[in-house]
Amino acid sequence: MFPNLDKLPVYDNTGVNERVQRFCTRSIKKSSKTAGLKLALSMIDLTTLEGKDTKGKVQQLCYKAMHPHDSLKNIPTVAAICVYPSYVGVAKKALQGSNIQVASVATAFPSGQSALDVKLSDTKFAVDQGADEIDMVISRGEFLAGNYQFVFDEIAAVKEVCGKAHLKVILETGELDTLENVRKASEIAMYAGADFIKTSTGKIQPAATMPVTYVMLDAIKDFYLKTGKMIGMKPAGGISTSKIALQYLVMLNEVLGEKWMNNNYFRFGASSLANDVLMQLVKAETGVYQSINYFSKD
Amino acid sequence: MAKNNNNNIFKASWTYDEAPESIDHIQIKEQYDLYIDGKFTKPIKGKYFDTINPSNGEKIANIAEASSEDVDKAVKAARKAFKGWAALSGKERGKYIFRIARLIQERAREFAVIESLDGGKPIRESRDIDIPLAANHFFYYAGWADKLEYAFPNRDPKPLGVVGQIIPWNFPLLMAAWKLAPALATGNTVVLKPAETTSLTALKLAEIIHESGIPKGVVNIVTGAGETGASIVNHSDVNKIAFTGSTGVGKYIQKATAGTNKKLTLELGGKGANIIFEDASIDQAVEGIVNAIFFNQGHVCCAGSRLFIQESVADLVIEKLKRRMETLIVGNPLDKNTDIGAINSKKQLKTIENYIKIGINEGGEIYQPECKFPTQGNWCAPTLFLNVSQSHRIVQEEIFGPVLAVQTFRTIDEVIEKANNTPYGLSAGVWTEKGSKIFHLTQKLNAGVIWGNTFNKFDATSPFGGYKESGFGREGGLHGLKPYVKFE
Amino acid sequence: MSRLDINKTYKLYIGGKFPRTESGRYYTINNSDGSLIANMCLASRKDFRNAVVVARKAQNAWANASALNKGQILYRIAEILEGRKEQFITELIVQGETKKAAQKEVEAAIDRLVYYAGWSDKYPQFFSAVNPVSSSHFNFSTLEPVGVVSIITPEEQSLLGLVSVIAPAIVGGNTVVVLASESKPLTAISFAEVLNSSDVPGGVVNILTGNKTELISHMASHMDVNAIVYCGKDENALKEISELASNNVKRTIFYKKSDWENNLCESPYFIEKTQEVKTTWHPTEI
Repeated sequence: MFPNLDKLPVYDNTGVNERVQRFCTRSIKKSSKTAGLKLALSMIDLTTLEGKDTKGKVQQLCYKAMHPHDSLKNIPTVAAICVYPSYVGVAKKALQGSNIQVASVATAFPSGQSALDVKLSDTKFAVDQGADEIDMVISRGEFLAGNYQFVFDEIAAVKEVCGKAHLKVILETGELDTLENVRKASEIAMYAGADFIKTSTGKIQPAATMPVTYVMLDAIKDFYLKTGKMIGMKPAGGISTSKIALQYLVMLNEVLGEKWMNNNYFRFGASSLANDVLMQLVKAETGVYQSINYFSKD
Repeated sequence: MAKNNNNNIFKASWTYDEAPESIDHIQIKEQYDLYIDGKFTKPIKGKYFDTINPSNGEKIANIAEASSEDVDKAVKAARKAFKGWAALSGKERGKYIFRIARLIQERAREFAVIESLDGGKPIRESRDIDIPLAANHFFYYAGWADKLEYAFPNRDPKPLGVVGQIIPWNFPLLMAAWKLAPALATGNTVVLKPAETTSLTALKLAEIIHESGIPKGVVNIVTGAGETGASIVNHSDVNKIAFTGSTGVGKYIQKATAGTNKKLTLELGGKGANIIFEDASIDQAVEGIVNAIFFNQGHVCCAGSRLFIQESVADLVIEKLKRRMETLIVGNPLDKNTDIGAINSKKQLKTIENYIKIGINEGGEIYQPECKFPTQGNWCAPTLFLNVSQSHRIVQEEIFGPVLAVQTFRTIDEVIEKANNTPYGLSAGVWTEKGSKIFHLTQKLNAGVIWGNTFNKFDATSPFGGYKESGFGREGGLHGLKPYVKFE
Repeated sequence: MSRLDINKTYKLYIGGKFPRTESGRYYTINNSDGSLIANMCLASRKDFRNAVVVARKAQNAWANASALNKGQILYRIAEILEGRKEQFITELIVQGETKKAAQKEVEAAIDRLVYYAGWSDKYPQFFSAVNPVSSSHFNFSTLEPVGVVSIITPEEQSLLGLVSVIAPAIVGGNTVVVLASESKPLTAISFAEVLNSSDVPGGVVNILTGNKTELISHMASHMDVNAIVYCGKDENALKEISELASNNVKRTIFYKKSDWENNLCESPYFIEKTQEVKTTWHPTEI
């Protein structure tokens, strides 16, 4: 069902920033901090999306995903690893026996500038390789040109090819210009069948920001109230420290609440966040400030 | 359509551990004396009163009670200092005021903690709003001191003389800054009285003013209750009274100064309308409603205490507002996560509770989220009254607490009429995404401060003050200089 | 051949009409030799109340008239007054002025109207401000008329004084209820005739003649009057006005000057006295 885009809420950055500031001034201490950090770790989609990715690199990443920091007890693994389609098979194999999902970007990532059947076969390839989750990009050019139906149809077509795999729809908010467009793209994605909506590819600046994420959470909230269906949220890119991650979690906690506070409905797309969270967890346990040299890169 | 009236539908599950601001580095003396003629002076009659922490009922310190003799001493000191201070070049005067601004910034954290301890407001607000704004106010007016001829072209502004200033308990340091900064910049000398429940930051400010090296007698700070204030108002050698407080007391002062040559400015009560149109950004409007009425426990003269929602979106707005209220954290003012702190005094709590009772008795539909209050102290849950009308007392009278009266409307003319249908005229807010509607409303609403798509914003450069029974004169900005000068 | 003069009947000016006082009372203005100049209406508190009602009703539309329009109307008043100069000189002489002084006063009154006519679309620029706030908001302060203003005009210089206090109030969008000079009220009512033929909407200026002592308390206490202007030095009156004004936190404006011809008696600061400052905020980030 194509959404009604005429009466969507509007936003201004002055107001949204003010709201976001309120989340950022929450002070997270002691056990609530440890709980938050562990939750954040469990929500990470550990990501490598580079032209120079190799089998070796992906295998190292997968090991890190399963063994974030062995000397720390009672910590979760990350939620998923996120790779290009060519390495889905490698990752799937490396992660065997774990609960960690394999997510793959697809649909002519990151620009999405290709024909639909190329995008569909890109998706199909990733799914066939065993991807549990597909992170697709929307056609921003078509969106900005006002061809919303085109964007909608494309997402719906990809969703169909996904089969059982979960679909995350990347809006690439850094190219959408306004918060109203972010909201509009969120609506199109959710109604077209997205399981998650995601801010960014990580290839465009700005990537995820709290104001943009706030608007998307707001869209998810209204969608739930209208349809009863829970959509997940994935901010990606630029979330590199525990402090920022906790601020996102405060926002999630106070906007969508309990039901969304788990990795079925919230993910961080990040590569360096995991180690920072681990350093903070070790600091919390030992009381000693940490150095990155004691935490494995991959 | 998943219809769910449960306001806890998006309930937060992650509760934050206590995060109290440290009070280790805060110095509070057991006893505070009057600051007169550059010295901390014991009150002539030797009387002191307690200042109480409203979040636990514990006594913080003894505060001197200034009698009319003490006030007389202060006025005499101010009179003696006036000639020299007024004759000082604007540049030099300005430098003292700049110093005060800087000293506040340096000790900002200490001020914030004491403000929250003594007054009950959340540390987030005293830290992020009250104290920085107070410093900015001194900084702003410091720069005016040597530029007054540009503020009043074709005139020759002169200071008034000795100015008596009486300030309220809701923004203790900030109100002191609003009063002192323009008065000093224009060359007046001052006798200032803070409110009796919140004297501490004004006395800390006296320490800073002392450190600034400003000539003795230029600023005198006397503490006490209404009687002390009356001694200032009635003193024959005071040239001007600047008062911020209730409309009742404001009227009394206007009457008391009748027939004298005292100049007068009044910043009094309000019952601000906050108007939400159907084409507003609803979520931002909900946030605006929260800022409008729950900021500083609703102890705000310009609070948006009357909410008007267009009928077509009334249910939606109220539903979202209730849900938002569920996430407000009420409790220890010193906890960094507290959104709503303690009610300033037992007396004020009684007033608010009484109004809530009146609202219920008048048939208003009350809504309060569940709140866990500390066992000691003065607390009030954020409160909505739905289904009320213009004739309800809680719609007409200033409650000065976290209590919002909610009405609906159908047309633009109707809401303008209702919004203006009050003796007050301090503030109003309008929420719509249509440009012409914003300007139409901001022009038609009779109030001194209008917030379009925002609420409760303050700035040193922005004039603040009311229409009608909300008082006269402006504080802040270029217009805030005028109440402190005369023209030959 | 001698001809019997037609004596003019002086009435009140309320809502663009010339009614007699509802009370039916009058007082006499006499020559120094005791002969009757005119019977003046002795306005009652009810006349004042009626005037406030029409002034309130007219205020919104008058405030919303364009600045250009208000300026042109003030200029029009000056034009009509210029055309009736001789009549006003004669009346001032009857009230005891010398011919020279009368002529000077009328001319000054005309010039003063022209002066304020010119300010109508300028004073808002002079007193407004865009305030550079630290947050991302556009913030500006403008002036708005205070509303309905009671004016007790100067006893002397009955025309010039009247014009000098009315013009700055109405050019700023206020409507006024005016009490004319008690001892020299003729020109005030003749001036009402000028107003009435000058496109000034009914109710914008309302002029009463009568007894100060009787009317001042009502002018100061009326809850629907936003400001009161008092010209004079009577300390008792000043005190009474201030006390009663506190009923509704009315703005009080006192002029103790006695020479209204002085150039210091005209400036935009007189307009500002019956204005409120309104500050408006709006976010600027999209």
